[in-house]
Amino acid sequence: MRWTHWVNFPILAIMIWSGLLIYWANDVYTVTVFGHTFVRFFPDWFYKALHIPSRLAEGMAFHFLFMWFFALNGLFYVLYTILSGEWRLLVPNRHSFKEAWLVLLHDLHIRKMAPPQKKYNAAQRIAYTAIIFMGFGSLVTGLAIYKPVQLYWLVWLCGGYSFARILHFILTIGYVLFFVVHIVQVILAGWNNFRSVISGFEVIESEKGAPEK
Amino acid sequence: MKKIKKPKKPLTVEQKITRRNLISFGTFFVLGSAAFGGWKWLLNSPPEQAGVTGAAHRPLRRALNQTELFFKRIFSDNHLVRTYPKSRAAQRVRENSHIGMRDPGFKPEDWRLLVTDSNGQQLRISIDDIRALPKTEIVYDFKCVEGWDQIQHWAGVRMIDFIRHFQLEDSAKKEYMGLETPDGKYYVGVDRESALHPQTILAYEMNDRPLTDGHGAPLRLIIPVKYGIKNLKRIGTMTFSDTRPRDYWAEQGYDYYSGL
Repeated sequence: MRWTHWVNFPILAIMIWSGLLIYWANDVYTVTVFGHTFVRFFPDWFYKALHIPSRLAEGMAFHFLFMWFFALNGLFYVLYTILSGEWRLLVPNRHSFKEAWLVLLHDLHIRKMAPPQKKYNAAQRIAYTAIIFMGFGSLVTGLAIYKPVQLYWLVWLCGGYSFARILHFILTIGYVLFFVVHIVQVILAGWNNFRSVISGFEVIESEKGAPEK
Repeated sequence: MKKIKKPKKPLTVEQKITRRNLISFGTFFVLGSAAFGGWKWLLNSPPEQAGVTGAAHRPLRRALNQTELFFKRIFSDNHLVRTYPKSRAAQRVRENSHIGMRDPGFKPEDWRLLVTDSNGQQLRISIDDIRALPKTEIVYDFKCVEGWDQIQHWAGVRMIDFIRHFQLEDSAKKEYMGLETPDGKYYVGVDRESALHPQTILAYEMNDRPLTDGHGAPLRLIIPVKYGIKNLKRIGTMTFSDTRPRDYWAEQGYDYYSGL
């Protein structure tokens, strides 16, 4: 599980970057409410800073290579989680949605006590399961945009070609937001927690003061 | 003198933790650096040799060609592009490129489609000959490699009807069809399956009117199973071959197949 997490990180970064190279060629998405445009994806300085312009062909070539790795890595992760039984720790249960709210309040220092948890708390369960569905969504919408004639039924499933492209874009924005929250949480969780994601174990001080594994 | 070997002491818990941390972090950094090195290698890999395709990183071009082979397996004449009622078709149809159509000496009235069959026999076909064939209309969502799409209404003769009428079936057994503008400045290669797809059209009308110059008069390719870059305007010549014909955008780093 740690492996796929760390493999996914650079792959997703490459997919987002090459996706930007592609999106630049037709950057029409905005957030407009009642005729007022609040956000335009993306401003020119943003493109310039990242050397995005005029690299559509290159972006497509990268995107259509790393899509394979992204899909395979995701498949490994899901298979492993199911076969190892770890899904029990990850999939939200019937208490999770209520508890996640308490976790959020706790994290925001509004509530003192965090609800009891196993390996992952309720909010984590929801977030880490949702991100897998998002990844799956990116694959499905991506395929729909990529082969809209051969996979016409996928296009239909995604609500049409244009809408599939919008979904694909929104999911990507979702990853970026996820990443920001994720990084903040990792920093707050501290070094011991971070180390465990690399080494696979955590050090817990036992009552006697002697470290225990 | 004989050295007395000290018996190894069992590791303390602290030592075990340190050791395991060292191993994991060591592995993490070695693999991380390897991944980074691999990425740098790919990013700096030389461009392919310019030929029928060009301008792409060599490993990426190989990946594109392999991916083409994979996705060709799901190609079928039974997979049709979705069609729409005429009322949905755009009235202001987007014109994205005029490459190959800036020849000031071009005279529409002298235009003939020059077909060279697989035996080297040449046919010169006038627009009236083509208009005399059964007309097929299509209203579908035209898709550009840049990311935009537009519902457009085209009419002309289906490629398969054209091939049958002019008895080009044997030539059409070749793997590729090559199309070029009369001045040879824009050119595309299309695989046989896509060229002979039932919705591939040699179009001479748009929105019930003859093609305008900007949209490729007198005859253009409308091939819904490809991105717009393959929909050549103002077709001058048609050839058949088992090797890939030259392709304008594939030379610029785009996927040769560019199939949808």
